[in-house]
Amino acid sequence: MTKTEEKHKKFLNLNLRTKTLLIIGIAFLILFSVFVSNYLIDHTAVLTSNFYNINQPPSFEHWFGTDWMGRDMFMRTLLGLGISIGVGAFASIISTIIAILLGVFSSVNTIVDEAVTAVIDLFGSIPHILLIILVSLAFGGGYYGVVMAVGLTHWTPLARVLRAEIKKINTSEYIKLSTEFGKSKMWIAKKHIFPLIISQIIVGVILMFPHAIMHEASISFLGFGLPAHEPAIGIILSESMKYLSMGYWWLAFYPGLALLFLVLLFDLIGENVHKLLDPQSAQE
Amino acid sequence: MYLNANNISYAYKKNKPILKNLSISIPDNKVIGLMGDSGSGKSTLCKVISGYIKNYTGTVTLDNNLIETKDFYPIQLIFQHPEKTMNPKWKMHKVLSESWNPPQELMDTFGLKDNWLGRWPNELSGGELQRFSILRALNPKTKFIIADEISTMLDAVTQVQIWDALLDYCKQNKIGILAVSHDKELLEVIADDILLFNEINKL
Ligand SMILES: Nc1ncnc2c1ncn2[C@@H]1O[C@H](COP(=O)(O)OP(=O)(O)OP(=O)(O)O)[C@@H](O)[C@H]1O
Ligand SMILES: [Mg+2]
Repeated sequence: MTKTEEKHKKFLNLNLRTKTLLIIGIAFLILFSVFVSNYLIDHTAVLTSNFYNINQPPSFEHWFGTDWMGRDMFMRTLLGLGISIGVGAFASIISTIIAILLGVFSSVNTIVDEAVTAVIDLFGSIPHILLIILVSLAFGGGYYGVVMAVGLTHWTPLARVLRAEIKKINTSEYIKLSTEFGKSKMWIAKKHIFPLIISQIIVGVILMFPHAIMHEASISFLGFGLPAHEPAIGIILSESMKYLSMGYWWLAFYPGLALLFLVLLFDLIGENVHKLLDPQSAQE
Repeated sequence: MYLNANNISYAYKKNKPILKNLSISIPDNKVIGLMGDSGSGKSTLCKVISGYIKNYTGTVTLDNNLIETKDFYPIQLIFQHPEKTMNPKWKMHKVLSESWNPPQELMDTFGLKDNWLGRWPNELSGGELQRFSILRALNPKTKFIIADEISTMLDAVTQVQIWDALLDYCKQNKIGILAVSHDKELLEVIADDILLFNEINKL
């Protein structure tokens, strides 16, 4: 490789890294501002009915139009997205903790490992929506029920990945060698295993968000989720079903699109963080 | 000091014994060469002696004392493939210092270049990595070295350089060596005695 080529390559690499960081930054900023806007919006003012302008199509005054009670759909959507992010965050935290515990637990011995695998397979084999509804009902439904249900059902993929990864690391020769050097189990877990799985955990957490958000919206839409007075996207969509036949398309179109956009943003962040943490590109 | 392996038997799968009533003795001032057919169980024996395989029958002793397993294991195995014995996300200085920090002269005699220390394992060749794994095994607490085909990936000149350095260090520090190799000429040069695996393994 000539010198200029080398320089060129370096420049491109730097560019890719900066680009990735930029994408992550922008996506994160959007999510953050949606979330923060929820605290700045006056909930009662936004959600009280205003019968002077009901069912108005999108305009400059009401970007997403208004509904049958004259509420501004943009504000309702924003609040809905805020709830989605909240549920997603909480669910990701619970699910990640469960996944890590199971992954670490499975490395104790083969019997425990088989038990953990069985539990993962069991939870993985029940249809997801059904499982969420069942768990939600078990927790008494409502806001609490949904959050717990979504949180308690999204750990299977990450748990599976962590179990496999920890197993692979534990049977590797450099771990055995580390014991030969007289290192303790704690030392090995801290210095060898944890740094090797942390990137998987981070990516796993981010990719859990879109799933949790979609599932919460789905079961709210089906009527098993959040109570009807919450401004959740799933509720908005199921309510607007009644009005779609009257031609009020904006009631479902914009909130649905916004939800899709939110989910795609998380996917985008996950993908780019993965790129950033991937050993191949991380070592450059 | 003597390393004694007495009546070692081992099987990966039941009914398919690899090692049977095998005994071997290595003094700390000698290099014992070991030759044998491929797949006969030499590497398995190396792993038993250096504590990688635990559920064997028989005993491995240093001067008739069983070896404490929680501390630094005084019998260090050097593998044929060094890359598997290194954490892929650790730079070489960390890989080396996990065992100990060797003095500069020693690093020089093994031909270790300073700038290698800042690289990742996948940025060095097999031969370069092997110098690290040898040096790593030469911790002051090491009493015996089990060298399982450690120089097969090296060219003739490097092979001589590395074996010279290793033999020199071991002679000075009273470290005994068990050298496994298919290379008869190499063993004839470096070893004080050569054992044939099929003769000591009583299958
Ligand atoms: N982890 C394992 N599980 C099951 N069988 C194994 C395992 N490792 C090795 N074996 C088998 O044990 C036998 C002895 O293997 P070993 O690696 O000790 O041979 P070797 O004498 O070192 O051969 P080579 O000269 O090719 O290195 C082989 O038949 C091999 O297939
Ligand atoms: Mg072998």
